[in-house]
Formats: sequence, C-alpha cells, structure tokens
Amino acid sequence: MSLTLGHFLSVGAILFALSVIGIFLNRKNLIVLLMAIELMLLAVNMNFVAFSHFLGDMHGQVFVFFILTVAAAESAIGLAILVLLFRAKSSIGVEELNTLKG
Amino acid sequence: MSTTLSASTLLAVPLAPLVGAALAGILGTTFGGNVIGRRTSHTLTILGVLIAFILSAMTLKSVAVDGARFNETIYEWMVIGGMKMEIGFMVDGLTAMMMCVVTFVSLMVHIYTIGYMEEDAGYNRFFAYISLFTFSMLMLVMSNNLLQLFFGWEAVGLVSYLLIGFWFNKPTAIFANMKAFLVNRVGDFGFILGIGLIVAYTGTLNYTEVFAKAPELGQLGFPGTDWLLITVICICLFIGAMGKSAQFPLHVWLPDSMEGPTPISALIHAATMVTAGIFMVARMSPLFELSDTALNFIMVIGAITALFMGFLGIIQNDIKRVVAYSTLSQLGYMTVALGASAYSVAVFHLMTHAFFKALLFLAAGSVIIGMHHNQDIRWMGGVRKYMPITWITSLLGTLALIGTPLFAGFYSKDSIIEAVHFSNLPASGFAYFAVLAGVFVTAFYSFRLYFLVFHGKERYDQNPDADHDDHHADAHGHHDDHGHHDAHKPHETPWVVTVPLLLLAIPSVVIGFMTIQPMLFGEFLKDAIHINLELHPAMEKFAEEFHGPLAMALHAFSTAPFYLALGGAVTAWYMYMVNPAVPAAIGRTFKPIVTLLENKYYMDWFNENVLARGARMLGTGLWKGGDQGVIETGVVNASWKLVGGVSAVVRRMQTGYLYHYALMMIVGILLFMTYFVWLAK
Repeated sequence: MSLTLGHFLSVGAILFALSVIGIFLNRKNLIVLLMAIELMLLAVNMNFVAFSHFLGDMHGQVFVFFILTVAAAESAIGLAILVLLFRAKSSIGVEELNTLKG
Repeated sequence: MSTTLSASTLLAVPLAPLVGAALAGILGTTFGGNVIGRRTSHTLTILGVLIAFILSAMTLKSVAVDGARFNETIYEWMVIGGMKMEIGFMVDGLTAMMMCVVTFVSLMVHIYTIGYMEEDAGYNRFFAYISLFTFSMLMLVMSNNLLQLFFGWEAVGLVSYLLIGFWFNKPTAIFANMKAFLVNRVGDFGFILGIGLIVAYTGTLNYTEVFAKAPELGQLGFPGTDWLLITVICICLFIGAMGKSAQFPLHVWLPDSMEGPTPISALIHAATMVTAGIFMVARMSPLFELSDTALNFIMVIGAITALFMGFLGIIQNDIKRVVAYSTLSQLGYMTVALGASAYSVAVFHLMTHAFFKALLFLAAGSVIIGMHHNQDIRWMGGVRKYMPITWITSLLGTLALIGTPLFAGFYSKDSIIEAVHFSNLPASGFAYFAVLAGVFVTAFYSFRLYFLVFHGKERYDQNPDADHDDHHADAHGHHDDHGHHDAHKPHETPWVVTVPLLLLAIPSVVIGFMTIQPMLFGEFLKDAIHINLELHPAMEKFAEEFHGPLAMALHAFSTAPFYLALGGAVTAWYMYMVNPAVPAAIGRTFKPIVTLLENKYYMDWFNENVLARGARMLGTGLWKGGDQGVIETGVVNASWKLVGGVSAVVRRMQTGYLYHYALMMIVGILLFMTYFVWLAK
C-alpha cells in the first residue's frame, strides 16, 4: 500500500482538528493556546507540502517557508504579550482572562 | 368752518388723545424717567381730549346740519392678493354721534379723575390709559373697514384689561382683569370668525363693499349644513358683541370689572366701551337685516340680560356693583332693540345711557370719595346733607335711568318698549314681557340705591370693615386732621369732581327731548342704518304713533311703563324708608331665590367648576395621557427600553472568554463553508 494524497490530507485534517480542540478545551494556560495556533499553521503547511508534492508544483513549498517565518514572528510577539500580561495580571490562566465580558 | 369734512381734521380726532397718552405714559412714568409731573400730564391729556371733543362737535355739526358725509381710505397698510388692509374713516350720523359721546364723556372723566385719583401713585399712568382708551374707541367708531374695527375692538379690550387691573397689588383686581380678558377672548373668537366668513365670501374688508354684496351673501347657504350663511355670520359677529357688551352668558366679567377705579367704570364699563357691541351691530345692520334667526337670537339674549341682570342689582350692597348690574340690564335693553330691527332706537338709548350712566357712576365715585372709600351702601345713609351737588345730580341720573317722562332715559327706553311691541318676530313676545318687567326692576333697584345712600339714618360708624380698609387707608394716611371720631363723616367733593357731574346732568335730562325726533325719525341716521321695512315694520309703525316728544311724554302717563316705574320707586321707598323690616322678611320667606341671586344664578360657579375645571381636566388629561403617556412613555422611554432590553440579551453572548470567541469563529467558518460548498453551487 502506498501513501496517497488522501493520507497526507487526513494527517493535516487531524492536526487541525486537534489544534481547534486544543483551543476550545484548554482552560488553563495561554501557552497551550499559542501552541495550538502553531499546530494549526503546521496542519496547513502539511496540506501545502502534500499538494506541492503530488501536483509537482514548487510554489506550495515556497509558501510553507513564508508561513513558518510568519509563525515564528507571531510566536515571538505572542510570547512577548504573554509576558506583559503575566506582569499585569499575575496570571496566564485562560479562565481568568474575561475583561471583555459584556 | 367748511361744510365738507377733511381727512386731516378727522385724523386729528383720534390722534390728539393718542399724543396725550404717549406723552403722559412715556414721560410721566418711570418708564421715561418721570420727566413731567402730575399737573403737566393731566393738562396734556385733557388738552388732547378737548381737541378731539371740539373737532368731534364740529364734525357732528357739519354732519347733522350740513349733511356732510365722509368715507375715504387714509392709508393703505398692506395688500395681500386682492384683499386690501387699510385705515380709513367713515363719518355719518352714527359715527358723528358716537364720536361726540365718547369724547364728551371721556373729557368729563378726565377732569373728574384729577379729583378722584388725587392721592394715587399711578396718577400719570391712569391719565395715559384713559387717553389711550379714547384713541382706541375713536378708531373703533370712525372705522370704515372691519380690520380697523377689529383693531379698535381689541385695543379697547386691552385698555380695559389694564385699567381693571390698575391697582395691580390687589389680588381681586388681577383676578377680575384676567376674567374680563378671558371672557372677552371668547366673544372675540366669535367676532373674528364672523369677519373671516365675510372676508372669505366677499373678499373685502371695506364696509361699503361688504354691504354692496350683502344681498347676494344672503342667498348663500353655509357649506355642509342647511343654514343660511348670513345667519352664521351674524351670530358669530353678535357673539363678539355679547363679549364686549356683556350680554348673557358672557356678562360675568362686567360686575367684576368694578375692581378698577371708578372713573374708568364710568367711561369704559358703562358709557362707551361696553356699547361697542351695540354700535357694531347697528353699523352692520344691512347684514343683520337679512337673517331673522339672528335677530330672534339677539332679542332673546338681550331680553334675558335686561330682566335677569336687573334682579341681581336688587340684592347687591356695593354701590358700584348695583350700578354695574344696572348697566348690564340697560345693555340688554339696547340689544333687545337691535333684535327688533330698531337699530336707531338702540343707538339712541346707547347715547342717553352713556350720559346718565356715566353720571351715576361718577356720582357713585363722588360718594365713595366722600365716604372715605367705603363702597358698601349698608354703611351709608343721609349723605344728602353733606354732599348736596352729588345728591341732586344722582337724583337726576336715577330719574333718567328709570324713565321718568321728559328725562333722557324715558324717551330711549319707552322707544325700545314700543319698538319691541311693534316687532313681528317670534321672540318679541318674551322680549316685550322682559323689558316691561325690567322697568319695574330698574326703578326698584335704582331707588333702593338712592334711598340707602342719600336718605335715611346715618350708618357710617357701624361699618365693621372701616378701620382695616386695606389699600385706601394708606392713601388717606395724611388726613389725620379729620380726627378719629368723625372720620366716617362724608364731605362734599372738590370742584373737579362736581363740575363733571353737573355737566353730565344736563344732557341726562334734556338730550332725549332734544334729539328723539332727528335720531329716530329724521334723516340723521337714515344712511347709516338699513332696515328692511317689509320684513321688519316695527320702526315704521312706531313712527306712525309718534307725534313729537312732548306728546310722547304726556301719553306716557296713560301707559304701563310709567306706572311700573312709579310702582318700583314707591316699593323701594316703602321697603327702605318706611318699613325697613320688610326686605329682611321677604328675604327670609324667599330664601332659595335670594340664595340664587346672591350666587348670581351660579354663573360664576358654573364657569369655575364646569368650564374652567373642564378645561383644566382636559389639560391634565392631555398632559398625563398624551404627553406623559404616549410621547414620554410610549415613544421616548420605549425606544431606549427596547434598545436596552435587546442589549441585555445580546450582551450575554460577550462572555470575555477567549475560547468562546474562538468557538464562534469556528462555527462561523463552518457555516460559511457549508454555504459556499453545498448551498451556493
């Protein structure tokens, strides 16, 4: 049995679903939230690479590099915000961050 | 003097008092810095009225003797579409007579005021007002169009308001002037509706043009009903006259207007302003002649006023109020005459009444001065000894009022009774009864007043209110030399008071004898008053009966009115001179009637509790229901409550938790994807 595009897309979908669930169910830690977002981006990358390989188009892999760069920058900013948030609130628990409540 | 009338002379008649009023009113009060003193301001205003009187007398002479007439527009104020608003004068017998009456009585009142208002702080203001009144009244009577008539009508109403409330520190005076103003508004509303209808159907305000179109106006029906248009117009105009001339049920303001100073009661609320309604109906006679319904209405209203207001005069104790109710009753007589199409008789009575009623009022004022501002006739009596001039002039005025043959009031009042007798309108039966009964009542209350004031025991020291007389006590504060024990004794008034009395007593006696022939049967009023003799032959029949003033006076001794008047006078003499216990006994026996009269037929009660309270309830209803209920609760508050309520639900979705927002995003994405992938193919 050989690996088909479907297998790769399935892995991507599973990763994406895992990250979404990670966002909903995580009530404790904001770092886990950032990780879940990273995972979501990786799931997208997986799709890009898979399509690039099976369709013979290099553009997909070029895009992956861009996404990884942006993801790195985003993580850096996210962690910096997280540090500031911790300084302000002495907590990074998701449950306690409800300042936007109406 | 020239035989024709010139516009500039006529213009000077109303303007001279206006100039006097402006000078006294602006320069003589704190408004203009009190530049001129009392003497200057009364000299200026009297001069203005004197000029007006002399010019009026000259006008009367050229109208009556030379037959001069004047009808021209002096100034065009504005033109709206085809309608011209102008100021113009129309001088004929009616106008000339009114001008003379107004300026003469006004002149007498001006002179009298020097004595009456001597100690009042508002001296200059008072002169300014009465001169302004003279101007307004002259504008009213000299007008040749409805607009100027309305201007004068409102201006005299304004001055009347100002003068009733002249003592503005007195709450009763303020209440009275408010009442007068409001009741007059009711009448004026009818009046302006009448004018509006005339303008709507004829397109002009000018008397001559309106009268020229009167016959075609008489053919039209009122839209939407089967009434005649002319009936509606006439009744609307007459409602205006009811307000100004204090006819039932709009009479309620006149007795209360006695809160004002006595000179204006004489000038405005007896002699001139209240007769404006009579004058207006006489002037509009070509219109009123076209509507029998309106004439019947007028006669009924007049008859009610003439009889029932007379009854009220019987039980009043305030000297001025007795005369005020007498004025109401006499105005009722004039109105009855109008209803009987005897316009000239109404105007004739207007003239004689102006003289003898102004005389009675000024005499009452003179008694009030003499009695140190006590107005209650129960605490007078025997004044004859102390005030001989006032006594004799009052007696002449009273005799004229009750219709003693040869006196002025006799000719006019008997003419009214005769005219009503000959009238063929359905209402004339009731009206004839009312005016005949009114003769007895008039004689009774007049002589009751006369005997209580001038004869009988002196009762000055029994007045329970004498020592705490509010306002006037201060005014008389410097009369300390009178001493306390004889402070209530009356004294004769100064010459400025008695001379007008004497000058008014002369026409009160002779004017009827002198003028009945030209005014009722001559050419003097022929062109001013239009009577449809085929339909309303009262005046024609009356003219056949008339054989000169002397014959009329002699004939009176064999007619009912003379004996009714005599009976009234004798009854008053018996009840108040011979046997003073009788009135009290009658009062006890007919308690309900006396209560009814004391409450003035509950008219004031009705107005206050039904009309005023109804209006207040309507206002409260609109405020509570309309404003607070619909606008505030229903519109303003409901809109914010709606927004608030919706927001209260919606804001629960904003939990503030990040994962809820994320879930919503995912759900949204799923929905969009579902839509794009499956549904929007």
